[in-house]
Amino acid sequence: MAAKTYESGLEKFNRTSTGVNILINLIFILVALACVIPVIVVLSISLTHESYIRETGYSILPPILSLEAYGFIAKQGTIILRALGVSVFVTAVGTAIGVLLTTSMGYVISRPTYRHKNFLTWIVFIPMIFNGGLVSSYFINSNLLGLKDSIWVLILPLAVSSFNVIICKTFFRSTIPDGLIESAEIDGASQFRIFFSIILPISLPVLATIGLFLCFNYWNDWFQSMLYIDNPNLYSLQALLNNLMTNADALARNASTIGVSAAELVATMPKESARMAVAILIVLPVACAYPFFQRYFISGLTVGAVKG
Amino acid sequence: MSAKSEQLKKSKRFQWRKQDIELTLLAIPTTIWYILFCFLPMFGIIIAFKNFKISGGFLSNVFNSPWVGLKNFEFLFKSNDAWIIIRNTIGYNIIFIILGIVLPVVFAIMIGLLHNRKAGKVYQTMMFLPYFLSWVVVSAVGWAFFSFDKGILNQFLGSFGAESINWYMEPQYWPYILIFLNVWKSIGYGMIIYLATITAIDSSYYEAAVIDGASIWQQIRFITIPLLKLVIVMMFILSVGRIFYTDFGLFYQVTRDSNSLFEVATTIDVLVYKQLKSATIGMASAAAFVQSVLGCITILTANWIVKKIDSDSAMI
Repeated sequence: MAAKTYESGLEKFNRTSTGVNILINLIFILVALACVIPVIVVLSISLTHESYIRETGYSILPPILSLEAYGFIAKQGTIILRALGVSVFVTAVGTAIGVLLTTSMGYVISRPTYRHKNFLTWIVFIPMIFNGGLVSSYFINSNLLGLKDSIWVLILPLAVSSFNVIICKTFFRSTIPDGLIESAEIDGASQFRIFFSIILPISLPVLATIGLFLCFNYWNDWFQSMLYIDNPNLYSLQALLNNLMTNADALARNASTIGVSAAELVATMPKESARMAVAILIVLPVACAYPFFQRYFISGLTVGAVKG
Repeated sequence: MSAKSEQLKKSKRFQWRKQDIELTLLAIPTTIWYILFCFLPMFGIIIAFKNFKISGGFLSNVFNSPWVGLKNFEFLFKSNDAWIIIRNTIGYNIIFIILGIVLPVVFAIMIGLLHNRKAGKVYQTMMFLPYFLSWVVVSAVGWAFFSFDKGILNQFLGSFGAESINWYMEPQYWPYILIFLNVWKSIGYGMIIYLATITAIDSSYYEAAVIDGASIWQQIRFITIPLLKLVIVMMFILSVGRIFYTDFGLFYQVTRDSNSLFEVATTIDVLVYKQLKSATIGMASAAAFVQSVLGCITILTANWIVKKIDSDSAMI
């Protein structure tokens, strides 16, 4: 108790003056707002009435809030729903495949007695130093592996990163006692059994870290779509937004199926706000989720930076 | 006795085998992944020395297309763009490296000085948001500000009676915009690493310093910064190792691939992508080859230096 008051007393004594504290707080408030406001601007544009945008342009504080853009998306939604489906599928399946491939490799190269440990470690390390570059990867993926215009091109090439494998390896090496694995081996458990029913269940922190890295990576990926996907049915939300940024009329593409002529729809639809509404559809889940998962990100990033 | 120990040895060897086989089976899927997506492209890099044509199967193309020696490289380096691209790639990276160290370190130290820890956490979380946005979203954000007829910046200028600026056509502003956006997107991420190091510093150092009458500034100058030095040097070397790689999304998406901005926003990654899409494969593969080889050399050098300083932090 006494030590505690002494320490907090010291801490109180050893700190900046109130003036400096206010100044630092002000600086941080400005910087933090600069980081958040651009997203809020996009949100308010998506909530602005189209006629207002046409007259005066985008505004940070729209005079009349309107859900027109979201209504349009909901009504004309086939394209957007499909893109949302692609994004969710790619993120879910990709994260599952990625976590399995990453942790299994990490476990194998973390076993000190495994015969081919050095060979596999090199297989993981070499790509961190040297890569074939974009052109050669592009031809291998599209011509040799036949992945062009296939949903798997959005999933497979991003599934493993050596950085994540090393994080897993470091985690398994440093937190799982050898005795645990040895005793399971003596009891006759196969390596698959050890990996799936002992290692994975006790490694939830690292699974969460790797899973989150992969999840955000898949959700935010647009580059793979831009390179390999020409078929609009396979557009993810990111690819759709990318397309809308150059051609806002694309949302009216399937208008004829609903009974309005495409030209009529192009003239009346809320292009500007609908485009920003798609951006909000992408950002919203991320912005809601990351404050809760920040902890796992931080642990992964610091392990990677210090022990990369 | 000897028979028994031999049997034990045998069974042990058998167990070893079983373990090795099982672990190998467990590693096979990921190994196949590495072969398909990392090692095949490494061999595919020879197309930089060939007159590669896209038609039909990849392998037959690679084997049948004629060798042209260094023709593709000659073509690349004789073009007027080569100089601009090298300048942009290295120039932007030097600025990004310096700002990417100075600003996060300053902010990490400042956040430690706040009286209210909770407020610090909130600021940190807010500053982390841009890191989670994709460049396509950032491009939409940029459009909201820079659009000629609807953008917020032009409305702002208009309210002062100033002329509207056609942002996407005026290259002189873009170095600053690109640098700002890069800092904006990466500051939250950069802070984390330094903040982790600062919070790990033993508080008894500071207690001793206070008792000796050190001011806050002196504590930062003589305790915090010296203890951060190793991490700073490490991050510096590692980012220098990646000096030939740029963030494609920043230079291609945010500028909306505007032709007027070619001189200030084309880096090696943008060039490779554009040449690939316009099917000028010779030049694209030559540029990609140069990037891969120079990147490999700088990464190895950086790693070698890290190893000299602190062998635990080295990659290999």
